Amino acid sequence: MEKMKGRSIYPGKVEGEALVSKEPIGFYGGIDMKTGIVIEKGHELEGECVKDKILVFPCGKGSTVGSYVIYGLKKNGVAPKAIINKETETIVATGVILAGIVCVDGIDIEKIETGDFVIIDAKEKSAEVIIRKVTK
Amino acid sequence: MYLNKEQEAMLNGEYGSIVSKMMRLLVRLGDIYKAEKMIPVASVQVAGVSYKSIGDAGLEFLQDIAKEAKVKVLTFLNPAGMDLENWKEMGISEEFAKKQLAIIEAFKKMGIVISATCTPYLAGNLPRYKQHIAWSESSAVSFANSVIGARTNREGGPSALAAAITGYTPYYGLHLDENRQPHYIVKVNVDLNNSTDFAAMGYYIGKEIKNKIPYFVGIKEASIDDLKALGAAMAASGAVALYHVENITPDAEYVAKEGIEKIEFGEKELKETYEKLNSGEEEDIIIFGCPHASLNEIIKIAKLVEGKKMKKQFWICTSRAVKEIAKKMGLEEKIREAGGKIIADTCMVVSPIENLFSTTAVNSAKAAHYLPGFCKQKVVFKKMEDLLR
Repeated sequence: MEKMKGRSIYPGKVEGEALVSKEPIGFYGGIDMKTGIVIEKGHELEGECVKDKILVFPCGKGSTVGSYVIYGLKKNGVAPKAIINKETETIVATGVILAGIVCVDGIDIEKIETGDFVIIDAKEKSAEVIIRKVTK
Repeated sequence: MYLNKEQEAMLNGEYGSIVSKMMRLLVRLGDIYKAEKMIPVASVQVAGVSYKSIGDAGLEFLQDIAKEAKVKVLTFLNPAGMDLENWKEMGISEEFAKKQLAIIEAFKKMGIVISATCTPYLAGNLPRYKQHIAWSESSAVSFANSVIGARTNREGGPSALAAAITGYTPYYGLHLDENRQPHYIVKVNVDLNNSTDFAAMGYYIGKEIKNKIPYFVGIKEASIDDLKALGAAMAASGAVALYHVENITPDAEYVAKEGIEKIEFGEKELKETYEKLNSGEEEDIIIFGCPHASLNEIIKIAKLVEGKKMKKQFWICTSRAVKEIAKKMGLEEKIREAGGKIIADTCMVVSPIENLFSTTAVNSAKAAHYLPGFCKQKVVFKKMEDLLR
């Protein structure tokens, strides 16, 4: 079990299974707003669905329309439960605030692997992230 | 964060619930990024206009805002999902057009200029050096910050809209000089001969450095079109919002260049990037104008095709403003005679071209990045002269 402290981008308490990308994610053109499936060609998560996952990636990239895609994912019921970043930039921050998706940054994401069980407790300012490794 | 009386009143709902909601978003962003205060913005560029990009969720969001809020500063709009006048000619469905026009109507109601371009700086929204603005559209952000030296963060579509409606943006990030210092020196060891070479380099560097700031050395000359292509590519493959080019961009001489990591870009990297961006063999259509073509690029294309009949159809995407001038100069006619079309208000990425074509040829690395995923296209990536041969 690993416990980490981070910064709260959007507060809330959630837990779920991690889906980890070592590469940045560009939501616009990267994730289908209707299905939650990663569609960017050659992306390490191509074909994966972000729905109900704890989506972990270093930072956002690409188009500034990404905020709307995050908002749309939520409206369409296919959003991740939470987002964990190394560094959340404005595009992702705007999206999660509008959509109301729990989001934490300042986390050493190297320590999280796809499939890990993650518990997030994000208060107004700071957040705690607990990683429970799945037994293989 | 410190708020003045007006900002406080906005937050508390004295200007209505939409203004309050928009201010709350800005205050939240300001708190996250440790802004000490809000600053007024001179202009805004709003992204998230195409129905294809924002869907019904975005449409409803905008209609709610339009019910009671108006923008306070000069606000321009990104491209829509179709040519707003000649959409039938583009093969756009009635259903799509109806939704798209509803989105445009909502923006119009807010008092936003229906410029429908990703190059506002070529169509009437030109900030000055060191002016604080709140722009979205990753390529325009990069151009305004780097080539003009204005100050903007990479706003998301909604945070730019919030700045337009309140007239303010939180004072953090690239608004502060200390955050505009480069993280990497990029040593360019190859001659870049055209905008497509610049775009390819941008694609490579964006992937390498993600959201950091590069300082290019070894570029002898670069046109506005070259810089537009370079910035757009870095903002697509990465999240680069600002770059410096020695002797070319306005802040380059004032930033600190000592003791930072070096990256080399040469013949090998250039060649590899061209190979990487080419996934198709024979195109159904050639599309120029990502970012939107400048008048100079349209003049160049018109010269290349004058008197010829091209085998493949080709489109040039640009702003309505530039298209009107091209028309008056007789360029549109020359292009039409050669089998081409000038399309305004939209582009190949944000319009539903996947219903029309399967392989698209482009000279833009930004387009080459988005077309495979978002538009299900195979891509041919070459320079303008080769595409029109």
